[in-house]
Amino acid sequence: MAKEKIEAPKLTGKIETPRIQPGASLACQHHKANEQFLTGLGYPSSLVENWQEKAIAKMGELLNKYKSLKLYLDICVRCGACADKCQFYLGTGDPKNTPVGRQELFRKVYRRYFTPAGKLLGNLAGAEDFTEEVLKEWYVYFHHCSQCRRCCVACPYGIDTAEISMAAREIMHSIGLGTKYVDEIILKVFNFGNNLGMQPKAIKNSLDFCEDEMKEAYEEKGIMDIDVKIPMDVEGAEVLLVVPSADFFASPHIESLLGYAKVFYQAGISWTLSSYASEAGNFGMFIGSYDGMQKVASRIGQAVRDLKVKRLVIGECGHAYRIAYSFWNTLIGPFDTLDKRYPIPQHICEFTYDLIKRGALRLDKEANDEFVVTYHDSCNIARATRMGDMPGGQFEIPRSIIKACCNKFVDMPQETIRENTFCCGGGAGLLTDEMMDIRIKGAMPRMQALKQVIDSHGVNFFALICAICKAQFTKIFPAYGLSMDMVGGVHQLVSRAIVLGAKE
Amino acid sequence: MLSTSYIFLAYFAIIIFVFGILCKVWKYAVIPNPLKIPLTPAPTNTIGVILRMVFEVAFFKSLFKSNKFTWLGGCAFHLALLVVLASHIRFFVSPVPEPIMLLQTFLQSISMFIGLLFIAPLVYLFIRRVWVDRTRFVSIFADYFVLILLFLIGLSGITMKYLIRPDLFAVKTFILGLISFSPEPIPTNPIFITHFTLILILLIYFPFSKLMHGCGIFFSPTRNQIDNPREKRLINPWDKRII
Repeated sequence: MAKEKIEAPKLTGKIETPRIQPGASLACQHHKANEQFLTGLGYPSSLVENWQEKAIAKMGELLNKYKSLKLYLDICVRCGACADKCQFYLGTGDPKNTPVGRQELFRKVYRRYFTPAGKLLGNLAGAEDFTEEVLKEWYVYFHHCSQCRRCCVACPYGIDTAEISMAAREIMHSIGLGTKYVDEIILKVFNFGNNLGMQPKAIKNSLDFCEDEMKEAYEEKGIMDIDVKIPMDVEGAEVLLVVPSADFFASPHIESLLGYAKVFYQAGISWTLSSYASEAGNFGMFIGSYDGMQKVASRIGQAVRDLKVKRLVIGECGHAYRIAYSFWNTLIGPFDTLDKRYPIPQHICEFTYDLIKRGALRLDKEANDEFVVTYHDSCNIARATRMGDMPGGQFEIPRSIIKACCNKFVDMPQETIRENTFCCGGGAGLLTDEMMDIRIKGAMPRMQALKQVIDSHGVNFFALICAICKAQFTKIFPAYGLSMDMVGGVHQLVSRAIVLGAKE
Repeated sequence: MLSTSYIFLAYFAIIIFVFGILCKVWKYAVIPNPLKIPLTPAPTNTIGVILRMVFEVAFFKSLFKSNKFTWLGGCAFHLALLVVLASHIRFFVSPVPEPIMLLQTFLQSISMFIGLLFIAPLVYLFIRRVWVDRTRFVSIFADYFVLILLFLIGLSGITMKYLIRPDLFAVKTFILGLISFSPEPIPTNPIFITHFTLILILLIYFPFSKLMHGCGIFFSPTRNQIDNPREKRLINPWDKRII
């Protein structure tokens, strides 16, 4: 199906709620993880013989481990307020891609085996046996959820479909059913420390290349004395910066890496990357694996101790910042060796914004005058983290940075940004070629919102702070007839605007 | 015979209702939150969280933002439920205290309105559930069942008020008898018996149903957690590193 050309929805600037089309996206499913990946992560090598029994036992275990799961399975009233909020429903019209429809796949099995009504009355109580058919739907639809929490905003009880899809994925793994894309990546982190499986030498080469590029670029402008470094594995540096590994070589990600480097250079703060903890991303969350997530995160704790740094900063990556901000303290804390005067961990945007506020950076807005910029709030950052001291800082700080670097900034419509932002359509394990259909359709609401500001304000730069968003949008912009060159990072704008050298 | 079975059934229903809810709430309280998952932007202190919960519980703030039509029906019904329950207090206390007496008199004067406020949203919510294709798709029998049950409770209540009035003194005697564990015979008005039966069914059904949202909302971690994971470490009780 990858060969077929996928028809992207027409760009009209309007987000319309579709009529339901049952089964519309049933065909779009992940390649299954093979034996190597599953056993590598400690799961059964293929679907186990007594999978039903095992799955139900696992469900019982999780119900006693996660308050969210138990509670959210019990209290949904199926009011439907969430249904038209999910980008995957809006894009596909498949009613099992509504948050409530997705949850019901889990809930009907839960009712059958864990509630008196379901045990006694079966179908009449909305209960269903965990059949092969149901498992098939689980595999499709729980992997269509990007765990973006947009439904949670809409729900009167705060039911978070992410919690349920994570549990479903964990249950499926426990019986030997995972996706190739995500499991392969987690295994790479276990073995190499990053999602791409890059060896330290390869990373170093890429960093050297970046340094040369920057030096040449400045020399071309006649600036000879500026030599921005991107240090790796420097013991005793002040800051450990952990970035998504895509920042090491992917485009446009790498442009933000240059931005980080220049900010550190100008601030005069010593910093380092780590070849051991060369990944901010943590796909353990996507499959709901607490242990997997902890194992991936533990590399960062180790690097903090080994490199004897004082501060910990995270690069532009959405789900990574959620895990860093919300979970690291629980998973790998407490960080006793780090300097308590700074947030632990700190987002690179908080770091840069702090310097801007203190007047430590000189930014030439005119360097970005060719751009009319808009900003896409990454779902994980918007709805699962905070920047700065004030609630909502995660919205204000990146925008403040952009405004400090650019003359022309415009926001997309209110109902599509900040806490109402859409997922890019590639989160939580969707960022793989075989899922292109749902990726393109899931991006529809965001693309329509963008279309509005393209038409009204001539927006030509789409600023992001997430590696997955960047990869997703560069890939799907062409499908919507837009240039992928519009896609870039917030620190890419910083990189262009920042004036290096001694202050006048 | 009728009285004996109803008295037995009433106590049975109340026991199921109370213990059912206690069991559920106990579970919601003791199952841990292994990780911090407040939906942000979230309050960074306890007072903020209390305010957030008050707005959710009293005004359905999130629902208001997400779906005005559902909010309207939900709000109207819950408000009516509250008022209807209040207007039933007089059957449960004797003598009726002065402030409640005043409240009763006021509620009596608008009782037709209250009855409609109770019934109309149920009809509205039912129609909406069937009308909106995506809501119809996800609805299960239980969703219609509750609406019909509540509708019939309301309808029988209104019938008693305006058409076939039972002996209110007998009703009160019966209820006070139940409360004081010295049961009196059940009034024989058929509408009252219907009304009473439906309520007992509701009580028995409540702890096993989605109606638990009324208690569950208070335990919802995405709403009731303080946004302070960096400042205050959450310990996961089942983390292998800690065990």
